Amino acid sequence: MASSALARRDAAVGYTMVAPAVLGALAFVVAPLVAVVWYSLHEWNVLANTFTFAGADNYERMLSDPGLRDSLLASLWFSIGLVVLNISLALLLAVLLNQRLPGTTTFRTFFFSPVVVSLVAWTIVWSFLLQADGGINGFLSLLGIEGPNWLRGETTAMISVIVVQVFKNVGLNMILFLAALQGVPEEVQEAARIDGAGAWRRFRSITLPLISPTLLLVSILTIVGSLEVFAQIAVLTGGGPGNSTTVLVYYLYQQAFRFNDFGYASAISVLLFVIVLVLTLVQWQTRKRWVFHEV
Amino acid sequence: MTPLTPRRAPRPARIRHRLVSAPLAAGGVALALVLTACSGGGDDVAGEPSTPSEPVELRMTVWTADETQLAQFQEIADAYVADNPDLVSGVTFETIPFEDYTTSLTTQLAGGNAPDLAWILESYAPEFVASGALVDVAPKLQEAEGYEYDDLLDSSLALWEKDGGLYAYPFSNSPFAMFVNTDQVAAAGQPNPADLVASGDWTYDQARDISAAAAATSGKQGLVVRDFDFKVWENLSTVWDGWDAAPWNEDGTQCTFTDPEMVDALTWIHDATFVDKAMPGPGTTADFFAGDAAMTITQISRASALDDSFAWDVVPLPAGPAGQQNVIGQAGIGVFAAGEHPDVAADFLAWFTNPENAETLAAYFPPPRESLLNAETLGAANPKLSETQLQAVVVDGIQGAVTKPSHQNFAKLQDTVRAQLDALWTADADVEGVLADTCAAIQPLLGD
Repeated sequence: MASSALARRDAAVGYTMVAPAVLGALAFVVAPLVAVVWYSLHEWNVLANTFTFAGADNYERMLSDPGLRDSLLASLWFSIGLVVLNISLALLLAVLLNQRLPGTTTFRTFFFSPVVVSLVAWTIVWSFLLQADGGINGFLSLLGIEGPNWLRGETTAMISVIVVQVFKNVGLNMILFLAALQGVPEEVQEAARIDGAGAWRRFRSITLPLISPTLLLVSILTIVGSLEVFAQIAVLTGGGPGNSTTVLVYYLYQQAFRFNDFGYASAISVLLFVIVLVLTLVQWQTRKRWVFHEV
Repeated sequence: MTPLTPRRAPRPARIRHRLVSAPLAAGGVALALVLTACSGGGDDVAGEPSTPSEPVELRMTVWTADETQLAQFQEIADAYVADNPDLVSGVTFETIPFEDYTTSLTTQLAGGNAPDLAWILESYAPEFVASGALVDVAPKLQEAEGYEYDDLLDSSLALWEKDGGLYAYPFSNSPFAMFVNTDQVAAAGQPNPADLVASGDWTYDQARDISAAAAATSGKQGLVVRDFDFKVWENLSTVWDGWDAAPWNEDGTQCTFTDPEMVDALTWIHDATFVDKAMPGPGTTADFFAGDAAMTITQISRASALDDSFAWDVVPLPAGPAGQQNVIGQAGIGVFAAGEHPDVAADFLAWFTNPENAETLAAYFPPPRESLLNAETLGAANPKLSETQLQAVVVDGIQGAVTKPSHQNFAKLQDTVRAQLDALWTADADVEGVLADTCAAIQPLLGD
């Protein structure tokens, strides 16, 4: 009896302790999620102060919206470019910095420092560097190369945005990979070396499988992050030239905050949520095929 | 002061607005509230004024961050508070950066946090006026004692009127003018623009040639259309109005980017940029006020940014093939129907813009009042400009001026045109082809 009362009291204390976090999550995570689905079923014009039920109209509109199709395509290119470049560069840097060489601590700090710099400040600096008469082209001219107008060409603008984002965040992935690499048992490497395995074979057959859980984590984080890019686009290109860098989140922002079409923007955000959810689930489900867990 | 009567019952649309924003904070409960909020329709005029049960706080959003201007606003507001302690306990002026001004304003509206009053950019005037977001302030201004409503210029009010009502007061009518770095022009051995104005030879072709020569001599830039930056294309209207060109017809239903006047005007701008090098190309920044350019087209209010680091002059916009056309940028002050106190806010607006306060504000914001549009009044508060400059650029610049492009669907048009015109800003662009594409892209939006 006494222990039951004690258990109830413990439970009450426990619930009280977690209540602020639960209420916070309900108010600031769950409620907005539910609200945005509700908004997506409406025509909501802020200026005209109209909020009328539209059923699935906004979702039907998405099917025939060329702007949305273009933004999905732009997001796809951005994600592919970012994921490939970011993960491969982060892994390469981590492998290099995992060597027992002098100065590695300095290099780790050098590559990680952009992660803690304000995103907007970082992007503004790059917007000056990438101008026609900016620092990048100034450097290229020293080498006798006439650089392009980076942010004005459709291809170069997308590449520029990707590279700026890679340099901003590669340090974080690099540190994660570095931590994973340092957890690879030296005796396994040593055994492979004794068996005559070369460096590439050891990396492919031992290191990669052993760091595959980190690879899964990094790939999920990077893909989700790539779909949420906004500030870099807003500052560097404003979605241009043309609509070449109008990625999904920027398109969503335009619909909501530029065109006051909050209902349609909500439907697009639901689509984005579904895309992120599906991609994450797919990666999670396929982990059994390529993620190695030591027993 | 007009006597005030009891407050009206809360209006349905205002209730709806708050209910719509509530779910963000209240989760499931809010969904039920939103369900009750689903009816359309805009709001109405403030109507008969009311006495609040206790003095209210008013909030007005502006895009200036100039402390002198804000201090001037506050001084006028404090005098109103002192005169009406039973109505208003204070007025706050909230600065929102110009670049995101309209977006931030509509975000406040969406969040149920509408200001009582706000500056509104002329480009968005038709959208704000037609939407029903603003209160008709004409009755309040007309009734205000000593207001002299008839002194307001009809041409200044036009953009803000609908069905006989006035939905914002066009408190700033700032003409565009050409600022000239006369040091750079003289160093290039070019004629002084002021002399060309006097002789009637001040044309865009002359401005282009002088700018190109000055840029070649100084190694800096020539003519800068300030704030254009190959994105804010509507600022080019200060140039193409000299060709009598326009992006769409008067009632905003037909694209006119392919009209010969616009083709000629944009061909001129394209050539001035890529052939003559008289204007900086995309991706090149040049601040006239820092001495980086020979000339700039911008609003007269920017004169305050000039110091004595170089010799300068300000002259009217040049003439194009269709003659000289003055262009103004307007800012209106509107009262939001969704604000907390629209009737009190309208009363404050009548005070803020009465003849005495309009004269004070004329230091920075040329008013729409005919009686105040003279070099003597404006000169008293603009020490950097001579009476001759004020007469030529401000007084004459407002008379018969056109405003920058505006449309009921401006935000979508602005983004769509910007995206299409990006193809124009390359050296080998097909001007006519790009403009045909632009019309194809925006014609559906003009019909919305």
